[in-house]
Amino acid sequence: SGLMVSCVAVAQHVHTGDGQYPCRVSQVSQLAAALWLWAWYFLPFSSASVPQLTNSPTLIVMVGLPARGKTYISKKLTRYLNWIGFPTKVFNLGQYRRDAVQTYKNFEFFRQDNKEAMQIRKACASNALKDICIYFSKENGQVAVFDATNTTRERRVSIVSFAKEKGYKVFFVESICDDPDIIAQNITEVKVSSPDYVNCDKEEALADFLKRIECYKQTYVPLDDEKDRNLSYIKIFDVGSRYLVNRVQDHIQSRIVYYLMNIHVTPRSIYLTRHGESELNLLGRIGGDSGLSPRGHKYAASLGSFLKGQNIKDLKVWTSHMKRTIQTAEHLGVPYEQWKALNEIDAGVCEELTYEEIQEKHPEEFALRDQDKYRYRYPKGESYEDLVHRLEPVIMELERQENVLVVCHQAVMRCLLAYLLDKTSDELPYLKCPLHTVLRLTPVAYGCKMENIFLNVEAVNTHRERPVKQKGENGLKPSINVVNFLNLCLIPAIWGGGGGGGVACCHIVLS
Amino acid sequence: MMRGSSRSKSTQNLDRTVCMTNCPTLIVTVGLPARGKTYISKKLTRYLNWIGVPTREFNVGQYRRECVKIYKSFEFFRPDNEEGLKIRQQCASAALNDVRQYLADEGGQVAVFDATNTTRERRQTITAFAEQNGFKVFFVESVCEDPVVIAENIVQVKLGSPDYMNCNTEEAMEDFKKRIECYENSYETLDEVWDRHLSYIKIIDVGRRYLVNQVQDHIQSRIVYYLMNIHITPRSIYLCRHGESDLNVKGCIGGDSGLSPRGREFAKYLGKFIESQDISDLKVWTSQMKRTIQTAEAVSVPYEQWKALNEIDAGVCEEMMYEEIQQHYPLEFALRDQDKYRYRYPKGESYEDLVQRLEPVIMELERQENVLVICHQAVMRCLLAYFLDKTAEELPYLKCPLHTVLKLTPVAYGCKVESIFLNVDAVNTHRDRPEVGISTKTHRNVVAPVINIIRNISLTNDGAALVSHFLPVFFYTLFPDLGDACTLLFFANDLMQMM
Repeated sequence: SGLMVSCVAVAQHVHTGDGQYPCRVSQVSQLAAALWLWAWYFLPFSSASVPQLTNSPTLIVMVGLPARGKTYISKKLTRYLNWIGFPTKVFNLGQYRRDAVQTYKNFEFFRQDNKEAMQIRKACASNALKDICIYFSKENGQVAVFDATNTTRERRVSIVSFAKEKGYKVFFVESICDDPDIIAQNITEVKVSSPDYVNCDKEEALADFLKRIECYKQTYVPLDDEKDRNLSYIKIFDVGSRYLVNRVQDHIQSRIVYYLMNIHVTPRSIYLTRHGESELNLLGRIGGDSGLSPRGHKYAASLGSFLKGQNIKDLKVWTSHMKRTIQTAEHLGVPYEQWKALNEIDAGVCEELTYEEIQEKHPEEFALRDQDKYRYRYPKGESYEDLVHRLEPVIMELERQENVLVVCHQAVMRCLLAYLLDKTSDELPYLKCPLHTVLRLTPVAYGCKMENIFLNVEAVNTHRERPVKQKGENGLKPSINVVNFLNLCLIPAIWGGGGGGGVACCHIVLS
Repeated sequence: MMRGSSRSKSTQNLDRTVCMTNCPTLIVTVGLPARGKTYISKKLTRYLNWIGVPTREFNVGQYRRECVKIYKSFEFFRPDNEEGLKIRQQCASAALNDVRQYLADEGGQVAVFDATNTTRERRQTITAFAEQNGFKVFFVESVCEDPVVIAENIVQVKLGSPDYMNCNTEEAMEDFKKRIECYENSYETLDEVWDRHLSYIKIIDVGRRYLVNQVQDHIQSRIVYYLMNIHITPRSIYLCRHGESDLNVKGCIGGDSGLSPRGREFAKYLGKFIESQDISDLKVWTSQMKRTIQTAEAVSVPYEQWKALNEIDAGVCEEMMYEEIQQHYPLEFALRDQDKYRYRYPKGESYEDLVQRLEPVIMELERQENVLVICHQAVMRCLLAYFLDKTAEELPYLKCPLHTVLKLTPVAYGCKVESIFLNVDAVNTHRDRPEVGISTKTHRNVVAPVINIIRNISLTNDGAALVSHFLPVFFYTLFPDLGDACTLLFFANDLMQMM
């Protein structure tokens, strides 16, 4: 990404030339050289603080009877892993089955003696595994979650040999639960409304699904302490009251275990808001550590009333270490905890400048940021990517907690929101997080319900839209294309612009 | 650092006492002798203290040794030895008493009660004691039946114990084995059914398997995560700083300069040294700053970059010399010398922040085997303090000179350190703890009583007035221009953090 970024910088320079073109070229080539050499250090390595995984992809295999939370866990885990930077995808066998068998009739499909159905189900499993293969080899996937019942030893053995053959690591996640209330609740929340039961009423759906579970129960063989002692797995009992962890092989499995042991299903809400409007906000400046403006104080007071009205049980309030969030929390009249990790993104040399000033003083930086806002790191500052890593312990603790209000900052709130709403790193830096607005997130079914509450106190708008790609006089397509890039870099070389440029371009061409 | 706990997430625990935030935790080890309980206790204590949770271990064996001056033989531990039982009971009580004092009166947050605790009866007594005093209990049981592992444990830590000072290896081995047998008959392991309401982790076969039950809160979750990441496979950790940098030569702190000629030479020698050590599967980690990366380049092994390993951010003082800092920011300079661990550079970081930042690095270091970490002075001090169990007071003054590799090898309950100077001269960047004059004690980061007073301070522009009212200490006199809440907030933050 550093290489691409420096390429674009070079390209933009080359095309904004005026009469001093040759001169600019030599400057450009020196810039190219410097940028490229800088990029070379970083290019092969992850720019964040996540250690490199060994190159074996990981196949997570869910195990458990229907309505034990496998899909819930799969989706949540996938969302978390993607957010922290491990490309992950869920492969839900039920989906494959629905695609193969267009209309679901009833539970009889799942009977053990239904040979035809068995064939179809086996074929679906094969297809899913094939897709997993493609995901790992062609789509740069790092983790795949195979979401199916996988309740027989036979099925699991075949998955393990498949993985061994391909060089994937396998990690099983088994969910065991016999509490009839929880199971009934699961069925009501996610099964009754599934496409399978689109033409049934609630009671019919419930009855049919329970019979479906019975079909699996007869052949269910849970992971065994003795027989499966060489497998890597975690067994989750009763929605997390107990865990059995066996043979964790590596870093990613250790993180997965830690995450799974911290999530819960107790109903609760997470409230996200920014600090009230600050003095620097009013001046249109980014970063810094200013106090609230008068409207900001007004917002904080409204926030206090709003929360009282919500009547939230045991609300925890978190702020950053910066004045504006603390001052906001002070108005609430409840104890709050400060997290340095919740501090706003460090804009380095651009701290306390307006966007216009940045464009003036650091035009290249300004352009670079618009090219890849997620990975762009302010000089002597941070990137959104860095923020995500900084915020991981906050997310982990948010998962453990119940009702929480987080008073933070724009970039920070975008990162947290991206995690909760499963937004990609591409969308993250452009999520709308206006001042004086509370977002209330309530986990529901497989996702998060979001309510947007504007507390009716005016504030400046600090949001910058994703810039529209200009094709105009530049003739340059910002979408990075290696061929274009090579052509562009050959230009400085051809013009003989500086030894450094020539060297850099040689490197570039060779790479 | 998060303080406080969250509610128990299981709805089955309605009848358990709900602890308020800052409820102290009593960790209770369970297991036959030579199962690694003391190893785990000490390591866990070291980790918790390092991340800022005041923790202390209470080893009942120690109490017994003080009570019964001379250890005769395993007969003391026989289940039918009435007198022995009485003494052991008393020792356990004495230890629990000290636990209570530490957690309730001395500001301790976690106490590790290190004993066999192999009977349900004993564990019930402890649970009752904890409930009585408002402590949360978390059991850590170590179960191991591998005779090779047990024999190795005995050799590493039991034979050298004061109990066996006057015995030869065979005698000691024999006696200890019989000691274990004394416990075996009455050993009641934590049971899935009987103990389902207890919070515990069962570690089976030195970490092959774990059973985790009813984790109640944040600290227990962290403890479980830590215990699941440590291992006892022999390995070495190599710590060193980058080679001498251009800014080092100028006497400036921070920045992101490249290596000086001497620094480059060191990098070469480092490469040769690593080769000569013939280390299997060495991982090399650097920060994302030029000087560590350039150093790693000379060691021809692939390396990983961690932003978390970047040097402490000196904020406004970046790239200044100590003399310049003293000139331009005399107050800051003095404050730093008062409490170097907690002092945060304006717009920068403190050592305390560094420790938080480095926690994932430590966690991954625990998971790994042979690792070479090429980092920076302040960062290396933090890592070293973790491995050598140094306090927050000592940490910022640990000696980490340039061009020196520290080889740390875990041994018994601690770490063996070898210091290898690679014979390339460099400037000295170490500043010793200054002699502090009594009159200049500034109270930026003070003890509890003051914190309680200003806990609810209202951070408005009248803050200064409030401060001068509540804080008789030198805040206001030292900072006469403290009209605005700016600096106040700065201080209040730190103080609130300490609460």
